[in-house]
Amino acid sequence: MSDAAHAHDDHSHGHPSGVMRWLTTTNHKDIGSLYLWFALIMLFLAGSMALLIRAELFQPGLQLTNPDFFNQLTTMHGLIMIFGVIMPAFSGFANWQVPLMLGAPDMAFPRMNNWAFWLLPMAGIMLMGSFWLPGGAVAGGWTMYPPLFIQGGISYDLTILAVHIMGLSSIMGSINIVTTILNMRAPGLTLMKMPLFCWTWLITAYLLIATMPVLAGAVTMLLTDRNFGTHFFNAAGGGDPVMFQHIFWFFAHPEVYILILPAFGIVSQIIPTFARKPLFGYASMVYATASIAILSFIVWAHHMFTVGMPAAAQLFFMFSTMLIAVPTGVKIFNWVATMWKGSLTFETPMLFAIAFVCLFAIGGFSGLVLAIAPVDIQLHDTYYVVAHFHYVLVSGALFSIFAGIYYWLPKWTGNMYSETLGKWHFWLSVIGMNIVFFPMHFLGLAGMPRRIPDYALQFTEFNQIATVGAFIFGFSQLIFLAVVLRTIKSGEKATSRVWEGAEGLEWTLPSPAPYHTFETAPVVK
Amino acid sequence: MSLAQTDKYYLPQPSLWPIIGSVALLLMAVGGTMVMRDIDNGGWILLTGLAILLYMMFGWFGEVIRDSEAGRYNSQVDASFRWSMSWFIFSEVMFFAAFFGALFYTRVLSVPWLADAETGSLLWEGFQATWPTAGPGLTQDGFEFTPMGAWGIPALNTLLLLTSGVTLTWAHWGLKKSNRTQLILGLAMTVALGVVFIGFQVYEYIHAYSEMGLTLGAGVYGSTFFMLTGFHGFHVLVGTIMLIVMLLRSIAGHFTAENHFAFEAVSWYWHFVDVVWVLLFIVVYWLI
Repeated sequence: MSDAAHAHDDHSHGHPSGVMRWLTTTNHKDIGSLYLWFALIMLFLAGSMALLIRAELFQPGLQLTNPDFFNQLTTMHGLIMIFGVIMPAFSGFANWQVPLMLGAPDMAFPRMNNWAFWLLPMAGIMLMGSFWLPGGAVAGGWTMYPPLFIQGGISYDLTILAVHIMGLSSIMGSINIVTTILNMRAPGLTLMKMPLFCWTWLITAYLLIATMPVLAGAVTMLLTDRNFGTHFFNAAGGGDPVMFQHIFWFFAHPEVYILILPAFGIVSQIIPTFARKPLFGYASMVYATASIAILSFIVWAHHMFTVGMPAAAQLFFMFSTMLIAVPTGVKIFNWVATMWKGSLTFETPMLFAIAFVCLFAIGGFSGLVLAIAPVDIQLHDTYYVVAHFHYVLVSGALFSIFAGIYYWLPKWTGNMYSETLGKWHFWLSVIGMNIVFFPMHFLGLAGMPRRIPDYALQFTEFNQIATVGAFIFGFSQLIFLAVVLRTIKSGEKATSRVWEGAEGLEWTLPSPAPYHTFETAPVVK
Repeated sequence: MSLAQTDKYYLPQPSLWPIIGSVALLLMAVGGTMVMRDIDNGGWILLTGLAILLYMMFGWFGEVIRDSEAGRYNSQVDASFRWSMSWFIFSEVMFFAAFFGALFYTRVLSVPWLADAETGSLLWEGFQATWPTAGPGLTQDGFEFTPMGAWGIPALNTLLLLTSGVTLTWAHWGLKKSNRTQLILGLAMTVALGVVFIGFQVYEYIHAYSEMGLTLGAGVYGSTFFMLTGFHGFHVLVGTIMLIVMLLRSIAGHFTAENHFAFEAVSWYWHFVDVVWVLLFIVVYWLI
């Protein structure tokens, strides 16, 4: 079937235009773009909260916020960055790329795909709207621990239900992705020939389907403890507040891999392209990803070494956590080996990918430090933890998202981005990011606790450095916005291959990729 | 609904149902929050949301049924449905796992910890770690309840659900033999067994609340008892509604011996609900 015949076909059905196009779309590319725009808007919202936090922490004492509002900011910054930025952005990549990489015409369930996206803005309205409710937004921390979370006001109920809705969205999105990958591959594209991005998303989607319902259960127990008289987390009734932490982290540890496995996938696509060599150790990458996913279910209590677990449990969770360094190390070495003796060039996606490998490794190492139970008892709830998870989430997850956008934007829009602006964005981000988060290691080691608006005088210098870095990092994201907008409107025309070393089905399509692609499945040899 | 047909794949046209469903859930969440916080008119918003959600389900599922009956779904779509239903049931398993986990944690770990010398002497002296319990604080305040026994209604309910699994499989055999009478009869019996189960469960709850002092507020035993059996009961209700839809579709002449995944999906779901009940019967009712 020719493209022209199909263009005609589409017209006869009268596709809705304007806002209705986006509300009713069943096209994976439209829905991918919606996810990515949603993530970008939320990035600026939650990023502004981070800048307010850093501005408050520029010096000791209370300048801009009161402690309760400060706690609202840290809580909402965390919740929105995780559920509103990183996860939707990765879903956006999955929507755009999985069908293109598999040679499929769309996702397996296009209507459910639309629903999975359009639930997110609803949850976003509930979360952001709660700032204006009596008592303000939730201030109990993104981890929602009882008993604090049971004592709050109306926004706590609203947040619990928003988490339910976001979970529903994730489960539907993940079932769609798993089904697409398992059932919609082009003839000849066996699982072990699949691009690594699809592999990492297959495993991520499995983790989401396995853990999101557990989170739903945990927050349901919070809801009934708050409103219907149950005693799950109340010792007087035989419950235990620590039980919430167990159930929550049974979800939330796999969740941190949900936030990083697609990043591994993106980086594993980019590094071979710019090293002009096939990925080193493809099969070991697949097995390492699967190992990380399986191990993620038996390490959760390393988040709670200070709650008073039996020593045997502490030892078990300490060693199982350290075990994760093995498959992660396999990945890092494979990326380095892919670059080894390659014909490297350093376009913006590659720069972000290399920064990812280096800086994510720092986050991985500080994670290994925190895995040691006796050390963690010192560092628990200090800025060392904040430094650790921002190295894996900012220079890990977020940098991979930037890398992926620069890498595939020419394929999506048909235009090349401005390499100059891209490099400015990269260097300012990588420098700014390290200025914010590197000093936090020292603050944590010196004993500065997290989630406080005020601090002792001796922490001032490092906090000031971090705040300066935060503003550099934050405002350099406006360059990113400018690059994206300019690339959509204009720019040098991209070829279908885009990058000299690019391999895979998506690069056989014209740039921009037509609205409907792979109406007849390509055959992979 | 017209579909952009291709050689191999089906691609649905743009659809309004998902956004209708999203608005419905937003209204339900906001209305539900208002109800829980005693704000006026919350109930109306909640009900409006629920009505819109039901409208969406009728509309959306109806469209899928019409597409299916028109033969627009090929074997690949059928395989997609099978994968997705399996993964959906897996997600349900994990949802119940959270509550079974809570039951395990409290029974085996946290209640005994509350009674051990160190904690007990600090918090509630003299608390004995027994199960069922309403917890040390409630017990000290004189809260009393009778736990639910296993060998009355619950045992009968076990029998009902296990039998319903048999009748449903018998109905499936009928469908595969193109014996429509057997299909309809089997489905009708399954629906009847499901309805009786729900009736018994409602009776049990009323009895627990009015005679036994066993309420949602009866400590962690009451919490786990009602949340586990309650969510299970809700799943039986949903399953029964789905079975009724299958019954009506069978009477309307839908399904063929080869092509009837909707029926199979519902029967997978029903068997899953069965298995959860057997676990519930053992760890919630029996082993106390």
